[in-house]
Amino acid sequence: MVEQEGIQRYLAHVILWIGIAIVAFPVYLAFIASTQDNAAIANGQMSLLPGGHFLETYYQTIFVGTSGSTREPVATMMLNSFVMALLIALGKIAISIISAYAIVYFRFPFRMAMFWLIFITLMLPVEVRIYPTYKIVADLHLLDSYAGLSLPLIASATATLLFRQFFMTVPDELLEASRIDGAGPFRFFWDTLLPLSRTNMAALFVILFILGWNQYLWPLLITTRDDMQTVQIGIRKMITTTDALTEWPIVMATAVLAMLPPVLVVVVMQRLFVRGLVETEK
Amino acid sequence: MQKQSVFQSRLLPYALVAPQLAVVLIFFYWPAAQAVLQSFLLQDAFGLSTTFVWFDNYQELLSQPDYFAAIVRTFVFAFAIAFSSLSLALLLAVMADKPLRGGALYRTLLIWPYAVAPPVVGVLWVFMLNPSLGVLARGLRGMGIDWNPLLDGNQAALLIILAAAWKQISYNFLFFLAGLQSIPKSVIEAAAIDGARPMRRFWTVIFPLLAPTIFFLLVVNIVYAFFDTFGIIDTMTRGGPGNATQTLVYKVYVDGLLGGNLGSSAAQSVILMIIVVLLTAIQFRFVERKVTY
Repeated sequence: MVEQEGIQRYLAHVILWIGIAIVAFPVYLAFIASTQDNAAIANGQMSLLPGGHFLETYYQTIFVGTSGSTREPVATMMLNSFVMALLIALGKIAISIISAYAIVYFRFPFRMAMFWLIFITLMLPVEVRIYPTYKIVADLHLLDSYAGLSLPLIASATATLLFRQFFMTVPDELLEASRIDGAGPFRFFWDTLLPLSRTNMAALFVILFILGWNQYLWPLLITTRDDMQTVQIGIRKMITTTDALTEWPIVMATAVLAMLPPVLVVVVMQRLFVRGLVETEK
Repeated sequence: MQKQSVFQSRLLPYALVAPQLAVVLIFFYWPAAQAVLQSFLLQDAFGLSTTFVWFDNYQELLSQPDYFAAIVRTFVFAFAIAFSSLSLALLLAVMADKPLRGGALYRTLLIWPYAVAPPVVGVLWVFMLNPSLGVLARGLRGMGIDWNPLLDGNQAALLIILAAAWKQISYNFLFFLAGLQSIPKSVIEAAAIDGARPMRRFWTVIFPLLAPTIFFLLVVNIVYAFFDTFGIIDTMTRGGPGNATQTLVYKVYVDGLLGGNLGSSAAQSVILMIIVVLLTAIQFRFVERKVTY
């Protein structure tokens, strides 16, 4: 065992708490601001302790929305974000797992060509092809729809790669055994492969849900109707260019609400989250 | 690598690949091809006729001082974000790697900002450092600093770098911690027996062993700074003041919004694609090396 002197251990605790303070302070401030009066904040007289407007502000944020800039209750925005994140995560997992299954468990002409076609999309983030993609989605009449929000983000080379890698480690004996039992490709997939992939799917789901929830540029482009905007878009619209008109307590309450679901996912499902994060980066 | 035993079926595999292939072709290859094609075309002012102009769009783009400045700016941002975030994350990871009471709690308390969306990060930081009402801005003014990122381009850039680096701390921390935990304890013990003090042990033993992790994270952070900072910039500064915080991705967005020059905007997209391909290639080369380690 390497020595751990007392003073060094103290230093480590202190540095870690400073680090925690750095990451937590902006969020603490947001929460504090969401419980205070707008006038006090706008004057720069904000206190660093919670104020008494918690219920009032959150009620207005969730069910009514701002009075000026967005006029849409944050509950609607959260629902849109939730549906989009769910569609992206589930859609990616579904189409990736079956295509990986085909590529690993079947031999067919152009098998590797298809694998490469999928693989190369890894290099084309939505940011580099926004306007042409926008045009296609507009031509398909998918603006302001959940399909338009999620479909272009659904193709995922990472998930396909991950499942392919995992399927390669599944012993061949399993396939032979279920063949002897008379199972065809569907039965084998459903009864053997899918249960084995459960942890991988869960880890992937956690990461993809967070990524989906946090999408910004794409929803910004293709949502024009207020009732289709996601919470990330809503929050930007709440910040008006003239400071005086920004309803800061509501903006900050929205920020807190917007980060709550993904942060909870990270904290509660930490194991799956870490696993998913490390695996999708491989 | 291939499976030894497989299913025989003529149509089923195609049916299984079809959904993903359809999405990929419609939403990836088709728009990417359009961008490439568009970048070689020149449209007249009324959108009535287009002519094929080879590399004119690229030539014009690269001769614009504005575009060149955006390239330099994006790289400066990327390295500043990567450096500040990586060094703080490494320090925290080294501390959290020690056998401390409450280690798991520290980890939880440090990784959650990964889940905060870039636009929300932007909102949080703009609020803290807003020149008229921000809590930290008040402090800066108290220290005699003339803080106004709404007018001062360098301060606005600093604001973006700080916010973007803040968000990336947790990601880097997690990977550094994993990297540190994979270093065999016996190596560190051996160095300790040889009489190396902790600081020396870190720089001569631990740091070199972490080099693959550092390099991997450097690439990831640069990609992040290029693409994921869009939400931060859009909520904090919208590229301003002037063009002081306009990155390449932000420029594509703004130029496209104004809708004037389709060819130039497409050429910008293609240049971005080339940058992504290069970065991904570097990353893959490295990942291959890591496997053989």
